[in-house]
Amino acid sequence: MGLIQIGRHDKDGTSDVIVTTIEKAVNWGRKGSLWPMTFGLACCAIEMIAAVSSRYDMDRYGAGVFRASPRQSDLMIVAGTVCRRMAPVIRKLYDQMPEPKYVIAMGSCATSGNIYDSYSVVQGVDRFVPVDIYVPGCPPTPEALFDGILKLQERIMLKPVFLKQPDQVKPSLKV
Amino acid sequence: MSLQLIASRLQENFSTGFVKAVEWRGDLAVTVTRDRLHEVAQFLHDDPAMDFDYIVHVSSVDWPDDEERFEVVYEFYSIRKRQRIRLKARVPESDCIVDSLTDLWKGADFMEREVYDMMGIRFRHHPDLRRILMPDDYTEGYPLRKDFPLRGKGWRDTFEFLDETAR
Repeated sequence: MGLIQIGRHDKDGTSDVIVTTIEKAVNWGRKGSLWPMTFGLACCAIEMIAAVSSRYDMDRYGAGVFRASPRQSDLMIVAGTVCRRMAPVIRKLYDQMPEPKYVIAMGSCATSGNIYDSYSVVQGVDRFVPVDIYVPGCPPTPEALFDGILKLQERIMLKPVFLKQPDQVKPSLKV
Repeated sequence: MSLQLIASRLQENFSTGFVKAVEWRGDLAVTVTRDRLHEVAQFLHDDPAMDFDYIVHVSSVDWPDDEERFEVVYEFYSIRKRQRIRLKARVPESDCIVDSLTDLWKGADFMEREVYDMMGIRFRHHPDLRRILMPDDYTEGYPLRKDFPLRGKGWRDTFEFLDETAR
């Protein structure tokens, strides 16, 4: 059963009835208008910029409108090494984003700290914000980021719309 | 002015403070005692034949086995004369302080703050000696010292802001 069923009720065959569930329609709208927040922290940001520009064109997936304000965005792509001093800033911006909101940890540094096992580098952004999609790579290619966005869109389609979302910060992550 | 000439002029002018001069791969590194560091730097800055008007970098080295544990390293460049020099001074851990060169080169300000932040060497007469990379309330010490644990002492894993905002 697809997203939309189109009935053909008129005698001349033109379609005028669309049958779907509200949940699917809302999720379809949400997945097609992901507005990412500009959050480039290191070299992954260069690949993120390349993914937006004309050769790859992230707008094809409806995720090309980068906003400089968290109030207008619903996807945070954390691209780059997260230092501890940056952590409260990321958390504050995440809290300022309106629901529903999604986080992509782009690259090895945002995922796990990568080789930077040092006094200042946070070992993964999931220690203080909930992450939906992890994109591996150092840095990931634009295609890898697209794969992450498509996976996120699949997940958005599965999310219930009219239920209260469970607590987004896992208690085990509170260090 | 050749590197040898710079080194010999420094040795003539500062017979008491001069420790050694090493030339390696076209770079001159002069070590002086720290009580004469400011005078030597003033000479390098003001003397018309030296004319080192640009401060390239300030850094520091930790030699944990040595008696005078730390080493402050200044690098100067003369834009007009196109010559370069590295000036070093050793600092013991017990009295970890040298004279600031911010009165000669304004650009030394932030770089000396970085040395203070990372290695804990203080600079006398510095106008604003605060931490620059780490937060002001950072209490774990000086991260680039050799005896500092590589993964820190827990600061990178504590997120005190989480409890306020968790829903």
